[in-house]
Amino acid sequence: MNDTTNRNPLSRARDGYSSFFDTLRDRWATAPRWARWVVYLVLIVLAILLPADGVGSFMSPYTDWPTLLFFPIGGYILLAIGLNVVVGQAGLLDLGYVAFFAIGGYAMAIFGTKMHMSFWEILVVGVLLSAVSGIILGAPTLRLRGDYLAIVTLGFGEIVRIVANNTDYIGGPRGIGGIPHPPSLSEWTIPDNGFFDAIGIGGVQPLKYGALDGKPYYYLMLLLIVAAIIFAKRLENSRVGRAWASIREDEDAAELMGVPTFKFKLAAFAIGAAIGGAGGVVYASQSVSIIPTNFPFILSATILAAVVLGGSGNLPGVILGAFLVAWIPERIRGLQEYRVLVFGGVLVLLMIFRPEGLLPSRRRKAELAEGEGGMGGLGAEVGGPVTVAAGEVGE
Amino acid sequence: MKATTLNNLFSQFWPYTIDGLSLGAIYALVALGYTMVYGVLRLINFAHSEIFMIGTFGALGTLHLFGMPSNVGGFALVALVLALAVAGGIASGGSAVILEYVAYRPLRRNNASRLAALISAIGASLFLQQLFARLVIPQAFGLPKEKGALPVQGHFVHHTNVIHIGGFELSNDRLIVIVGAVLMMVALDMFVNRTKLGRGIRATAQDPETAVLMGVNIDRIVTATFALGGAMAGVAAALYMLRFEETRFDVGFLLGIKAFTAAVLGGIGNLRGALVGGIVLGLIEMYGSAVFGSEWQNVVAFSVLVLVLMFRPTGILGESLQQARA
Amino acid sequence: MSETAGVPAEKKTGTPVLELRGITMRFGGVVAINGLNLAINEGEIFALIGPNGAGKTTVFNVVTGVYRPTEGQVVFAGSRIDGKKRYQVTKRGVARTFQNVRLFHNMSALENVMVGADAHHRTGLAGAALGLPWHRREERDGRAKAEELLEFVGVARRMEETAKNLPYGDQRRLEIARALATDPKLLLLDEPAAGMNPTEKEELQGLIRKIRDTGRTVLLIEHDMSLIMGISDRIAVLDFGQKIAEGLPAEIQTNQRVIDAYLGVPADAS
Ligand SMILES: Nc1ncnc2c1ncn2[C@@H]1O[C@H](COP(=O)(O)OP(=O)(O)O)[C@@H](O)[C@H]1O
Ligand SMILES: [Mg+2]
Repeated sequence: MNDTTNRNPLSRARDGYSSFFDTLRDRWATAPRWARWVVYLVLIVLAILLPADGVGSFMSPYTDWPTLLFFPIGGYILLAIGLNVVVGQAGLLDLGYVAFFAIGGYAMAIFGTKMHMSFWEILVVGVLLSAVSGIILGAPTLRLRGDYLAIVTLGFGEIVRIVANNTDYIGGPRGIGGIPHPPSLSEWTIPDNGFFDAIGIGGVQPLKYGALDGKPYYYLMLLLIVAAIIFAKRLENSRVGRAWASIREDEDAAELMGVPTFKFKLAAFAIGAAIGGAGGVVYASQSVSIIPTNFPFILSATILAAVVLGGSGNLPGVILGAFLVAWIPERIRGLQEYRVLVFGGVLVLLMIFRPEGLLPSRRRKAELAEGEGGMGGLGAEVGGPVTVAAGEVGE
Repeated sequence: MKATTLNNLFSQFWPYTIDGLSLGAIYALVALGYTMVYGVLRLINFAHSEIFMIGTFGALGTLHLFGMPSNVGGFALVALVLALAVAGGIASGGSAVILEYVAYRPLRRNNASRLAALISAIGASLFLQQLFARLVIPQAFGLPKEKGALPVQGHFVHHTNVIHIGGFELSNDRLIVIVGAVLMMVALDMFVNRTKLGRGIRATAQDPETAVLMGVNIDRIVTATFALGGAMAGVAAALYMLRFEETRFDVGFLLGIKAFTAAVLGGIGNLRGALVGGIVLGLIEMYGSAVFGSEWQNVVAFSVLVLVLMFRPTGILGESLQQARA
Repeated sequence: MSETAGVPAEKKTGTPVLELRGITMRFGGVVAINGLNLAINEGEIFALIGPNGAGKTTVFNVVTGVYRPTEGQVVFAGSRIDGKKRYQVTKRGVARTFQNVRLFHNMSALENVMVGADAHHRTGLAGAALGLPWHRREERDGRAKAEELLEFVGVARRMEETAKNLPYGDQRRLEIARALATDPKLLLLDEPAAGMNPTEKEELQGLIRKIRDTGRTVLLIEHDMSLIMGISDRIAVLDFGQKIAEGLPAEIQTNQRVIDAYLGVPADAS
């Protein structure tokens, strides 16, 4: 594959692709405010129309398209946005992200079946619980060297799953069934007339959460995704995002410029966990029953792959990555069985040929090119008071 | 669920200890691969667990080659395990070298980030697992495709007690596991300290740049490191087959994490630390399962990992990437 | 900046803003600083000189909390700061630059300085995520302050550029702007003139004076003797971690021990 005759056209194609997106990105960066709002609006309208049957017949000939849009597609996108805060923004490698999804899911299941709380109450409680568990996991471990952190988070993910499996109160390996759907907000039906029929959403009850129609759940997920995007984007463009970027680039220098690095890393962990938890609550509210094997390590790896494939640190890229990772195996049916196999192979190839992902942010691309990958914690060993890691400060 | 009390541990102390030692010996051998690769490349070779898995299938394949013997005991068992170890070592060592060549070397050439290397490792790990589950296992054992994910068994051991004094019993398989693992560790220790190649590995672990300046061929060193670490995992795989007589496509996943825990526990980069870490982890796990019940065994192991990293991130013997007390 | 700009310099008021009391710093067997006593007065430009490896940068590292001194105390503005966290030291009013530039080099010049300005910002996660009014105000102020500082150090026209693409001299000035953005009472400059050409050195000298004239105290490590002699109010000389002389520039220039240890070795004076 390093054959020079192959390399030139290949790398030229790659350059062409990159410069196309660079131009697009620059256009976007200089676009006036109203133009951006128009684009956002168009995207949201498209997202609302997405579950239409016409789209579904191409996108998903084998399974129910709106349900697919809800999960895995929507679910993966939400989780990828959350994990991107941790990995892409703060530069912390989390291999046990599924734990927070599980905590959200079990919160919905337990509070919904045993305490009879309503979905909306549980959403708040579940998000808080996940954030707190993120802090509990992060507080002792975030001072660790980056690759140790990866293993500890992996261990945490396994512990959560095994504990769920071994605890009779929450059903052990049989999990929890009979999880209530969210209460329907309204029976309102989109008029079944010519126009709405034509765009494919006539007759839908978007706020009625029943057992059959996947669309209302998709809209619920969409709402969460939009909220997560807004929050993530705002954070990225604020002092918080600057702090994360500075930590990725040079943690020691950041700390010396007044950035409480530990606090910000912990914040990233908590935010990522909260988003993962929200995903879990919504997922469980739709699927009626959950079992521990809904939350395997491979899901953590898959979401991480989505983030990296799309372009860690860049929201549009991350969303694209999650979409592809969720959709392709469903679309190409023969692939289902070999999904994980292909996945693994693609990850390796991607790291060899395009480690920055499909749609990287310019900064992350530059960081990766420097061989640090912006993984502050992975590159620079963060020493405690005894180690001399900070000794480089003066040199 | 069985009674889970401290009494359980005390009344069955020796069996749990022997089980812990033999389990720990296997962890230790697998941990060597993590520790050596980390020492030389500063990379958690996430796919090392699959290298181990390949070793178990190498051993299992050899059993098939011998016509699936059963009830083997005595010196015949020792000879058979020796053959399995050679097969496992070759299968694992060879695949470790290929793994490095395909998944890591191009990244080193591009001077890729450590994140990229770790993700490539995760990718390779998933790929190998699924390759076995979907293709290799069904093909090799003539199973339908869906059965590729199920455990594959190979019963061949005739269990006897070699030593039996009062409550202390030592069965033949556990004895071979412990002795075999210790022998391998001693051999590796000697290799790394006494041979030219071994010195090259240590020099590279200490300071890659200087090592290059002094004429060490890094690629050769890296290949040797993967081959050695892989071979150790292969021998561990043979011993694992002796002890548990069963394997599956994801046999390496948990075992790999725990072997890595053992490496960290002993002080990553430190070969003797891997032995200490493996034994300590094996014992803690078995004692833990005696007290809390075997379904909590893995939680105990992971909790140990978290606690160790929190309170003593350099491990029991201390890291020695630099001194490479190899 | 703006609120302090134009405050007349108070030279040698005699109140020390920074005091090192009996500082010793050991690394294993290496004694990098040995029983150092030093007092920097408010509003002065104080130079720390000495041969390479004398322990100058280590003094900065001890003052800014990178290392906890093996022995001794660091007193800043009347309270001890040794053993404090690094970002807390910065918040109290000590900022620094680095001997080898350590910018966030994939961020723009403006963002670099804004990170410094954030040191005193209060908005937390909620404020930032929800875009609350005070957060917007802080962002606006931080940006204005950063632009002003970039103007002040003379890098304003390149503020949108990625830090690593700036010429070396500009990177050094950008580091100074980033440090100033944290609003330090005491600014530590580690060899700011290294790698600069004579014109740039000239400008730097002016910049350091300007900084002092805004009411800040400057502690400076430098090898360039004409720069040192040109702007320092007082000088201390370190050799093998010990202070071998302290005084006015004229006194230092004629001190025999200094000449032997340092000035006599032209190789060190780059
Ligand atoms: N983190 C450290 N670990 C070990 N030795 C150090 C460390 N930092 C500084 N030193 C030693 O302390 C001495 C002083 O170094 P430094 O303060 O950088 O000198 P200067 O800045 O005056 O050139 C040197 O001998 C250096 O090797
Ligand atoms: Mg220095």
